[in-house]
Amino acid sequence: MVNIIIWTIAVVTVLGLVLALVLYLVAQKFKVQEDPRIDEVEKVMPGANCGGCGFAGCRAFAEAAVKAPNLDNNYCPVGGNDTMAKVAAILGYEVTEKAPMVAVVRCNGNCEARPKVNQYDGYPSCYVKSLLYTGDTGCSFGCLGCGDCVNACQFGALSMDPVTGLPVVDQEKCTACGACVKACPKRIIELRPKGPRGMRMYVSCINKDKGPVAKKACASACIGCGICAKTCTHEAITVEANVAYIDPAKCKLCRECEAMCPTGAIHGVNFPKPLDKEAIKERIKVRQQKAKEAAEAAKKEAANE
Amino acid sequence: MGGVHPHDNKISRECAITPLPIAPTVYIGVSQHIGAPSVPCVAVGDKVKVGQVIAQPGGFVGAFIHSSVSGTVKSIAPRADLAGRATTHIEIAVEGDEWAEGIDTSDTLVTTIPDDPKAIIEKIKLGGVVGLGGATFPTHVKLSPPPGSKCERVIINGCECEPYLTSDFRTLLEKGEQVVVGAALLKKAMGDVPCTIAIEENKPEAIAHIQEVIAKLGYSGIDVMVMKMMYPQGGEKQLIDAVMHRQVGSGALPISVGAVVQNVATALAVYDAVQKNKPIIDNSVTVTGQCFPKQANLLVRVGTPLRYIIDYLGGIPADAAKIISGGPMMGRAVANLDAATVKGTGALLFLTEKQTKRAPETNCIRCGKCADACPMGLEPFLLNKLSKAADWDACEANAAQDCIECGCCLYSCPAHIPLLDNIRVGKGFVLSAIRARAAAAKAAAEAAKAAEAEKK
Repeated sequence: MVNIIIWTIAVVTVLGLVLALVLYLVAQKFKVQEDPRIDEVEKVMPGANCGGCGFAGCRAFAEAAVKAPNLDNNYCPVGGNDTMAKVAAILGYEVTEKAPMVAVVRCNGNCEARPKVNQYDGYPSCYVKSLLYTGDTGCSFGCLGCGDCVNACQFGALSMDPVTGLPVVDQEKCTACGACVKACPKRIIELRPKGPRGMRMYVSCINKDKGPVAKKACASACIGCGICAKTCTHEAITVEANVAYIDPAKCKLCRECEAMCPTGAIHGVNFPKPLDKEAIKERIKVRQQKAKEAAEAAKKEAANE
Repeated sequence: MGGVHPHDNKISRECAITPLPIAPTVYIGVSQHIGAPSVPCVAVGDKVKVGQVIAQPGGFVGAFIHSSVSGTVKSIAPRADLAGRATTHIEIAVEGDEWAEGIDTSDTLVTTIPDDPKAIIEKIKLGGVVGLGGATFPTHVKLSPPPGSKCERVIINGCECEPYLTSDFRTLLEKGEQVVVGAALLKKAMGDVPCTIAIEENKPEAIAHIQEVIAKLGYSGIDVMVMKMMYPQGGEKQLIDAVMHRQVGSGALPISVGAVVQNVATALAVYDAVQKNKPIIDNSVTVTGQCFPKQANLLVRVGTPLRYIIDYLGGIPADAAKIISGGPMMGRAVANLDAATVKGTGALLFLTEKQTKRAPETNCIRCGKCADACPMGLEPFLLNKLSKAADWDACEANAAQDCIECGCCLYSCPAHIPLLDNIRVGKGFVLSAIRARAAAAKAAAEAAKAAEAEKK
């Protein structure tokens, strides 16, 4: 009996040692040389594996970042500048700072402004709905309201507002990974710079229909009237295909366009004070009057000469 | 293979086809067919007659569009179609009913078949004939097989397997002679191959009538085949399998197995175009539904607003919750009643809320009913999962692109899983990937050719 136990222990021990040796030799022979910096970079990544950087996950990003000669084309929107500074420190590259971005919903056609003209009772998915028809409101560009963007968001930054029927972005949680931008079949969501202290201006509509058509479908549609572009003194606004667009790089956040927009399609967010339309309109009036007078004076001068 | 057996609900089968009075204004769309939209060739203010060409084909796969009324062109502008998408429509204010010259409006049956197949196909092209079974593929393109392929049999599809629809059945009964002559013309156009008129067994009157007509007219090589009642028996690939016992491969056209399938209504349109010089200006539309009091099969001029048809029959019933253009299985819900009919409009179906309400989705119990029901031999439960996971490569490997969107899987699922909705998503992505690959291959081939030419 004792003999059997001793023999068993001995055999298993010898077997274990032999197999350990084999495993060791095989591991030595087939060792994969990997840059240790990949692990280090991966450690400082957010670990969301959201794909916002364009790679399959944080590990894939780390591999690409280590291989690349600089960090120009590799940027983690979720981690932002802090994470990229750490990555740059590990790899010894220059830091590429980028303005923090945020997702912006470019549709403000709530239930009141954009009444339903038919009822959709199919599968609740914006993509499926967009395959079938233009939507249950008169606007064929606007939000379909089934929440594909909400489902696509991994960070819980999007939610559907039950009152307006439109998605709402929680700017604290939004990491600008761009998953919602890709998920929206109507291409309503845009990534825009967060702006100083979160202040930013944007046109909350992408309706390309002509003014009367757009207005009929939705009371708060951009009708492409061009008043905003005429008002803007910074040349930040362009009107193309009946839709205004504010270039965030040129916008000086003066809010004049917001005050002048006849349909309220231009939104300014996170401003400390509420919009005083009358004051701004007065300001614009005075400025335009002055410009007119100056032009007339110049004309007279030219005539005199 | 596969298929389901829904109740056929042919409640409007006794309603003879009656012409609908012409609407005061018609809106004729320029994209009524698969392929490039047609290009309008009239201007605002022009006077047009019935049967006059108002739009030219916009490409090889394209069709002529004719005015369905006589009157004045009021506008050529975008207008919302059935799905609310804005497409160019030609608006014509109706004045009288004057027909263009050369159109034979008499009822005399012309049975002599022209000798030249090319002349027949040319006349079909000039008549703007498209497949009226639903796909609206230009008929003359279908009748011009690519070099190397040969047609061995023409099949006239009289199955009408969609529940509720009766317009093809009434056409067979009332215009049987014209359909048979149309079949003989198609047979001639394809090089005197045998021709089979396939009719489902739930239409015994039509079967007897067509057999009688064939015997009376004395055409050889045309026979009637009685099909089992099954949905989708009238699907092109399913019909070829049933008639010729040949399977059309994945991504292949029916001509690859020597078959050309045309609908009964198309055969009638071919007769009109070739023997009477009458282009497609009207089509028969079934207006039906249990909640709809006035069942009808109407002969409707192309471009008639749907609201006009419904108002003519007494308006929308109070308990109707959904109006479907087409049959209940493959038809599309109408989002816009101001939309105008197109050549392919076959039916307007009124359903109550109880009939349309979807039951809540529950978990898949892996019963395999969807796989049994799929007439294309696909695995809908698997495609559903792959599509939800956005794994388009796997969708393609499992042939999501072969889905004919018949809805059998959805109909048979005891867990009420929206299988078709999800598969359609996958199919869309797979088809666009296939198209992108083909375009890339073409571009690469052209680049290689250019490089070679440069070398020389």
